[in-house]
Amino acid sequence: MVAVVPTSAAAQPASVMAQRRGRTGYLLLFPGMAWLAVFFAIPFVTLFLTSLQKPIPGKPGKYTSGLQFSNYADALVEYWPQFLRSFVYAGIATLLALVIAYPLAYFIAFRAGRWRGLMLVLVIAPSFASFLLRTYAWKTILADEGVITSTLNSLHLLPDGRILNTGIAVVAGLTYNFLPFMILPLYAALERVDPRLIEAAGDLYASPQTAFRKVTWPLSMPGVVAGTLLTFIPAAGDYINAELLGSTKDRMIGNVIQTNFIEFRDYPTASALSIVLMAAILVLVFTYIRRAGTEDLV
Amino acid sequence: MADGSRPVEDLHLRNLSKKFGDVAAVDDLTLTIPAGSFFALLGASGCGKTTTLRMVAGLEDPTGGTISIGDKDITGLRAFERPVNTVFQSYALFPHLDIFENVAFGLRRRKVKDVSAQVEQMLALVELGPMARRKPAQLSGGQQQRVAVARALINRPDVLLLDEPLGALDLKLRRQMQIELKRIQVEVGTTFVHVTHDQEEAMTMADTVAVMNSGRIEQLGHPADIYELPRTVFVANFLGQSNLIQGAPAGHSGDDVLVSAFGETFAVPAARSFAVGTDVIVGVRPEKMTILDLVDEHRVPEAHNRVHGRVTDVSYTGVSTQYLVMTPWDQELIVFEQNVVVGDRCEVGDEVVVHWSTQHTFGLDGSAGTSVGVDPEVLALEAAAQALIADAPES
Repeated sequence: MVAVVPTSAAAQPASVMAQRRGRTGYLLLFPGMAWLAVFFAIPFVTLFLTSLQKPIPGKPGKYTSGLQFSNYADALVEYWPQFLRSFVYAGIATLLALVIAYPLAYFIAFRAGRWRGLMLVLVIAPSFASFLLRTYAWKTILADEGVITSTLNSLHLLPDGRILNTGIAVVAGLTYNFLPFMILPLYAALERVDPRLIEAAGDLYASPQTAFRKVTWPLSMPGVVAGTLLTFIPAAGDYINAELLGSTKDRMIGNVIQTNFIEFRDYPTASALSIVLMAAILVLVFTYIRRAGTEDLV
Repeated sequence: MADGSRPVEDLHLRNLSKKFGDVAAVDDLTLTIPAGSFFALLGASGCGKTTTLRMVAGLEDPTGGTISIGDKDITGLRAFERPVNTVFQSYALFPHLDIFENVAFGLRRRKVKDVSAQVEQMLALVELGPMARRKPAQLSGGQQQRVAVARALINRPDVLLLDEPLGALDLKLRRQMQIELKRIQVEVGTTFVHVTHDQEEAMTMADTVAVMNSGRIEQLGHPADIYELPRTVFVANFLGQSNLIQGAPAGHSGDDVLVSAFGETFAVPAARSFAVGTDVIVGVRPEKMTILDLVDEHRVPEAHNRVHGRVTDVSYTGVSTQYLVMTPWDQELIVFEQNVVVGDRCEVGDEVVVHWSTQHTFGLDGSAGTSVGVDPEVLALEAAAQALIADAPES
C-alpha cells in the first residue's frame, strides 16, 4: 500500500512513518486486548481446566486437576432436557420479541416524527430499574389472583389454570427482559432504509405489502439478525426468569449451572455445562448467520 | 414503448391543486401533455414542479383537480396501479438487488413472462449489458442513472416521469446523458415528463417547456419560442438572461408600440408586447444587441432601438465577448458580441452606443419590477457589490 505522506513530514523517511503508524495501532489495541485477556481468555482457560477436574475421594467439594472428559458426557446425559428447554424457551422468546419489536421499531423509524427521540428513551427507560426488580414485578403481574390470570381463566384459556410458575411465565419474562435488545438494532436498521426506495417500489407496481416483503424486510435483515442474536444468546443462558417465574419443571440450563456451582459445589460439571452451552450457541449462531446470508447485505 | 398494442395517449391535468397547510404548492394547474412528447417542467426549487410530478406518479394526493391519461381518470389510483413510472432524483435503486433484478422489479410484480429477454434487451438499450450482475453501489453515477431509466422504461409506461434525473451528475456527464435520454425517448416514443431547474437542460431536451413559478405555469411552448418571446418578466429572467428597462407606454407608431424610459423612446412590435397597464418593461436578449463606438453611431440603422452608455467591463469568453454597459440612468446592460470581427474591440471606459432590431424587442407588464425571476443569490451578490463600491474610499 502506498502511504500518502503529509508534506510537513516529507523529510522523514516513509519507513519511519509507517513504523510509527504501526506502533500507534498496537497502542490503541492494547486496552481492548488486555481486557479480553484478563476477563475472557484467562477465565475461559480456567473454566476449561475446571471442567476436566476429578473429585478427590473422601473430600466432597474438593477437586484436583485432571483430564476427565467423561464430565462432559455425564453432564449432557443428566441435563439434556434443561439444555433443550433453554433453547426452546429462548427461541420462542426471540420470536415473540421480534413480532412485538418489528412493528414498534418500524413505527419509530418511519412514523414517529418528532416523537422519535422520546419513544426511544421509553424503550430504554425500563432498563433504569434493576433486572431483578423488573422480573419480580412480573410475579405480581402474572400472579394467580392477578387481572391477567383471572381474565384468561374466565375464558378457560389456561390449561393449568395459572401462569406463574409455568413455562409461559418464563417465556413472557424472557421476552420482556430482552425486548429492548431486539428493538434497538431493528430501529437502527429500519432507520437506514431510504423511504424513497419504498416509494420506488410502489411506483414499480408493488403493493404496500409486496414493497415491504421485497424491499423493507430484506433491507432490515441486518437488524433482524443482530436483534435475534442479542435476544437469543442472553435468553438461552438466563436463569433469573426461570428461577423467579417458573417452577422446578421449568428450569433452564442457567439454573442448573448456577445450582451446580453454588449449591452442589460440583465445579467440573458446572464448567462443562458452561462450555457446552457456549459451544452450542456458537454453532447455532454461525448456522443462522450463514442461512440469513447477511454478509450479502451492505 | 409505442409497440402498437396500446395507443399512447395524452396526459391531462385539470385544475390540479396541492396545498401543504396554507401554502399552495400547485395552484389550479391545467395542462395537456401531448402523447409521445418530451415535456419539461422548468422552475426554481419550490415552484411546485416536483409536487406536480409526484401527483402524476401517485406519490402525493392532489387537494383538488383531476389527472387523466386519454379518457381514463387516474386521480384515485394508487401509485402501483398507475401506468406511469418514475426516474427518481436520487435514482432510488434497490441496494440489495443486482442491476438485473432492479430492472426486472416492475415486470416481476406484474407477473410478466419472459422477464430475462426483456431485461437483457433493455440493458442493451442503455448499454449496461455486462453490468447485469453488479450491485448498484458498484456502478458510477452515470451508470446508476441509466439503470434508473431502464428500470422505469421496461414497464412500457404511458408516461415516464423524470425528477431532476441528471442533477447528481457532473457537468460533462450531464450533457452526455441529455443527448442519451433524448435518443432513448425518440427510440421508444413514450411521453417523457421531465422536471428540472436547469434551463439549458430543459431547452436542449424538451419539445415543449413549461416554465413554472409559485405553483402556476408562467409560459408554455417550444423552447425557442419561449426564449425569443418571453411573456413575463419571470420567464425573461429565468430562461437565459435579459436586459429589461422599466418604462411607460408612449403611444403607437405604425405596427409598433412606443415605450418611453429615462428620456429614450423604444419601439416594440405590437405583436410582441404583452404589457397591459401603465408600467411597461422593454426587453431584449444580450446576444441580439450590437455594440458600436460612439463615433460610429451613424452606422446604427434608423429603425433600431438604441441606448448610449459607457463600457464598464469586458470579458472575453472565446466564442463571444461579454460587455457590461452602464447607461446614463445607472443601469448595467449586458451585451454578448460574437467574436467574428477582426480588429478593435471596445474597451473599458469607451463611450458606446448599443443597438438592436425592434424585431428582437419585447414588451412586458412592468407592475412587478424588473427583477422577478432573477436568482435571489444573484440579487444578493449585486447588492453586496453595490455596497462595497459605495463604501470604497475615494482614491
